[in-house]
Amino acid sequence: MDAKLGVYICSGCGINDVLDIDALTSMVNKELGCQFCKVDPLVCSDDFVSKIKTDIESEGINRVLIAGCSPRYFADKFKFGADVMVDRLPLREYVAWMADMEFSTDLDEAPELYQELAEDYLKMSAARVKNSTPPTAIVEETTKDILVVGGGVAGLNAALVAADNGYKVTIVEKEAELGGWSRKFKAVIPQQSPYRDLQTPPHVELIEAVKSNGNITVKLSSRVKKTSGQPGQFDVAIKNAEGSETIRVGAIIQATGWVPYNPEKLTDKYGYGKFSNVVTNIAMEEMALNGKIVKPSDGSAPKSIAIIHCAGSRDKEHLPYCSAVCCRAALKHALYVREMMPDTNVFLLYKDIRSPGVFEQFYERVQEEEGIFLTKGDVTQVAEGDNNTLSITLDETLLGEQIVVDVEMLVLATGIVPTSKVDEEAVAEEEEVEVAEDGKKEKSKASGAEVGAQILNLTYRQGTDLPTLKYGFPDSHFICFPYETRRTGIYAAGAVRAPMDMGMAKNDGLGAALKAMQVVEASAVGTAVHPRSGDVSFPDFFMQRCTQCKRCTEDCPFGALDEDDKGTPMPNPLRCRRCGICFGACPERIISFADYSPNMVSQMIKSVSMPEEDDERPRYLVFMCENDAIPALDIAAWYRHKINPWVRIIPVRCIGAVNTVFIADALSSGFDGILMLGCKRGDDYQCHMVRGSELGNYRMENVQEKLKQLVLEPERVQILEVELSDWHRVPGLINDFVEEVNDLGANPYKDF
Amino acid sequence: MNTDVLIIGGGIAGITAAVEAAEVGKDVVLVEREHWLGGRVVQMHKYFPKLCPPVCGLEINFRRIRQNPKIKVLTGASPTKIEGDTGAYKASIIIEPRYVKGDFSELTECADKCPVEVPNRFNFGLSKVKALHIANELAYPFGYFVEKEAVNDPAMKEFAAGCDCIDLDMQPETVEVNAKSIIYATGWEPYDANKLDNLNFGKLDNVVTNMMMERMASAGGPSQGKITRPSDGNPITKAAFVQCAGSRDEKHLPYCSAICCMASLKQNRYIREQYPDAEIHIFFIDARTPGRWEDFLQEVEDDPKTIIHRGKVARIEEAENGMVTLTAENTLTAKLEQVTVDLAILATGMVPNAIKDKPHINLKQDKYGFIENIDNSGVVAAGVAASPKDVASSNEEATGAVARVMKMMGGK
Repeated sequence: MDAKLGVYICSGCGINDVLDIDALTSMVNKELGCQFCKVDPLVCSDDFVSKIKTDIESEGINRVLIAGCSPRYFADKFKFGADVMVDRLPLREYVAWMADMEFSTDLDEAPELYQELAEDYLKMSAARVKNSTPPTAIVEETTKDILVVGGGVAGLNAALVAADNGYKVTIVEKEAELGGWSRKFKAVIPQQSPYRDLQTPPHVELIEAVKSNGNITVKLSSRVKKTSGQPGQFDVAIKNAEGSETIRVGAIIQATGWVPYNPEKLTDKYGYGKFSNVVTNIAMEEMALNGKIVKPSDGSAPKSIAIIHCAGSRDKEHLPYCSAVCCRAALKHALYVREMMPDTNVFLLYKDIRSPGVFEQFYERVQEEEGIFLTKGDVTQVAEGDNNTLSITLDETLLGEQIVVDVEMLVLATGIVPTSKVDEEAVAEEEEVEVAEDGKKEKSKASGAEVGAQILNLTYRQGTDLPTLKYGFPDSHFICFPYETRRTGIYAAGAVRAPMDMGMAKNDGLGAALKAMQVVEASAVGTAVHPRSGDVSFPDFFMQRCTQCKRCTEDCPFGALDEDDKGTPMPNPLRCRRCGICFGACPERIISFADYSPNMVSQMIKSVSMPEEDDERPRYLVFMCENDAIPALDIAAWYRHKINPWVRIIPVRCIGAVNTVFIADALSSGFDGILMLGCKRGDDYQCHMVRGSELGNYRMENVQEKLKQLVLEPERVQILEVELSDWHRVPGLINDFVEEVNDLGANPYKDF
Repeated sequence: MNTDVLIIGGGIAGITAAVEAAEVGKDVVLVEREHWLGGRVVQMHKYFPKLCPPVCGLEINFRRIRQNPKIKVLTGASPTKIEGDTGAYKASIIIEPRYVKGDFSELTECADKCPVEVPNRFNFGLSKVKALHIANELAYPFGYFVEKEAVNDPAMKEFAAGCDCIDLDMQPETVEVNAKSIIYATGWEPYDANKLDNLNFGKLDNVVTNMMMERMASAGGPSQGKITRPSDGNPITKAAFVQCAGSRDEKHLPYCSAICCMASLKQNRYIREQYPDAEIHIFFIDARTPGRWEDFLQEVEDDPKTIIHRGKVARIEEAENGMVTLTAENTLTAKLEQVTVDLAILATGMVPNAIKDKPHINLKQDKYGFIENIDNSGVVAAGVAASPKDVASSNEEATGAVARVMKMMGGK
């Protein structure tokens, strides 16, 4: 269908005070190739909105340009269906509210400059809507079945809630029984008020419910051998002693839990393995479950027991983090001892008692118990005495005094290590073998692939497993979005994701199950999931022009693109999150969305009128991230911060979606400088597309190289980080950039 | 009005539940008693441990709400009655008027001229605001309203009489919502620091709460983000954080609020960013930074100008030049320690709103008012309504809450 453009200009909210609306209208009518241009002082009024609707229905308008307020306001009013492309140009925010009428000493100049600005924005907006078409979803045959890997508390809860919601679920468990750690515990810390009494482990009820649920299939003593495909179409090879079978699922929940920190590493520090009566909290649990807590040295009951709370945790040489549950487990163990052996004293040796929230009540309960002694300090030495007794020396951190506790048995509360943690020593060995065999110093996997723990064994170009954060947890990096994942359709849950107790693991399993249900529903209709949920567009690759440079397959933050042998990208549209980072990466500009393409951005750049050098009206282009920088600008406008009228802004999905070709286009069109405002990168990155900001910055190196070749100053192209709460700084950053580059003089390529 | 899920409370847990439910195809009515969404988090400057702004995630969630026709947001709204059972609840929702009727453009002009100012609740009274205003720069919905406390003010009445866009005679409306399930995400309020007699909050200007500190550090706050002494606006040379101010305390809140340690460590960073040389004291009973938060504690412990004390602050008294003196008993030595600072920040805990505003339907609550979830119920609590917790855990629970209630209304 041909594009039929209707332009609607709002003159309210102060727009009329800054701009000559009649002049704008006649420019629009003359130059934008629209069907008409209508003006109203209140475009957001119901009356006017219904006029737009009439135009769509009776005049066949399918491109609507509304020049008024930011699309962050009155979003509901300007929805006209999937076939109508709408662009809302914030003339109010970008021009009227931020106009600095004292910008020039020549009183007539400022209004003229802002008028030019508004004209350019209208032209850019028209270029945007005219060069985009309504996207249609790719709908393929998908399954809505869900796979849960790991049959512990998180996995069982996830499986049950998904099954109760009508989804078919398969649980793969590596052990011969379901239940995970719960099955190995005598009791668990209280999860119900008054949070005082130990509770029965939850697995018994969970397993019963799973067994009687017709929607759940359980595969015991099984592992995932290979996972390929995409959400809605994952093919998972499951292997056990009987053989291997492949099932198709729509989403995967990885609830593979944790393993205890290796106590062998605590031999020097706490005597584990050296002194017979030093045991771990896991061994303690096992003894309690079997009904008898005894000294390994002689099988008799200890008269005194010490528990070290942070044995190998909060320790730079071992696990620097806190495992969150060991304090409460130690309190629980103290209760076991008092219940099973009323004459035995327990000494709890802690750094801080971590019983957060409602669990303070459990801590109080333990403090009420006789025979339990709490001592704060750092354990500096464990020595063995006569009859295998143990002397534990503590530094009381603040006093500088030393205390010695003599006991018959010592329990080490070792921490949680996620099953996703790659054993670096083992991997190093493996690599060495490879080097020796083929004489090459290359890994056999695709270059750039991350080393994985080989749990899901993904056939993805970017690695075999979920990417992990520090310490090996495949947790979300986003506080607001705890199920954000870099592998679409695969969600981690439970203690594999972060140290947590069974109550939290239950909640976490339920949450992950909901995300799995969401992704299978979204995949069935071909829409994106968070953060661009509902987006039906997808990147189209014009493969004839692909040079197999592999940039897109390396850069995709979500591992959506695989590669064939030659390096040609193999898109998996259902893994795609529509960030546009691939299109920012492609030097050939062959990747486009229907409603967002390199051509569209180039046309927007070219539509800006370019005064000649002698006019002394330079032009600056600012690409701004629509997640943070653009809303920040809206807020700055609300507070009437001022912006330099020489600046033209283009919102982008992510700074990683800015192709360096756009920068070249802008420089050759005569722009004097280009600024990119994106989110924070680095360890605490805030980029919602994970790597976009990082990649944008990385690509700047190439840009700087290009500038050098053209003998242009490096300051002409810059990238800066902003966050939404920086709204008060954003206009200043832009204005300062303009001032800095303006001092360099005009872009020498301007008049070519 | 018919819906699948009725969500009570438009803070981070309620917002998350709403978007997650809508994105799995359920109809949602989200009810918030204030005239804006965001609850406590929209008042915060940064989140721990990333020190990223809460408004960043909120903005994305607001975008998800804006574009999703399955979500209906009611602000200024709270339930007065809920009847029925799983699958068929009937809730009466009272919607407070905003007392405005003009368009945005007119209201902006009118707000400029508004003669009445009231203490700004959003800033915990640290500044004043026009009675006709928009709650904050990120308010959703972004619209004007008249503060209820100003409605009977004679000056406001006179002003309204001469203005077409304000109508102080507007009355609350009641809407009936038929919902198949309900999520309670009614959140919390800070423990009332006025009850802590020994700490002299309310009497000494330079004793503030942790939530006030969030506003003080925020660019939209009372001092445009500059942290200064409230008494005279002077810079901070010394500050002290009082952990467990009214928490883990039988006379006040016996429980731990789970987040205050991290919040104070975060606020330590706010002060440090503005005052590289300030001396900062933190008084802990236990430093509770579980999981990977330990790294954050480590960073602060490595700061040579931050001094960590073990002990609970027993009293705060006035000192010279507007300074305040804190006295604490060291838990290990039982000796008294004193420091004198420009600003004392009380790490007050979380009180569930459900203790005062009881849920309108019979739910299990512990003695502190937290709602305890039971399996297979059409009403589920999420976020701090259920127990003290941080934002990520609230969002996990809110997401899971959707899965819980969904199965009670027949699943997919």
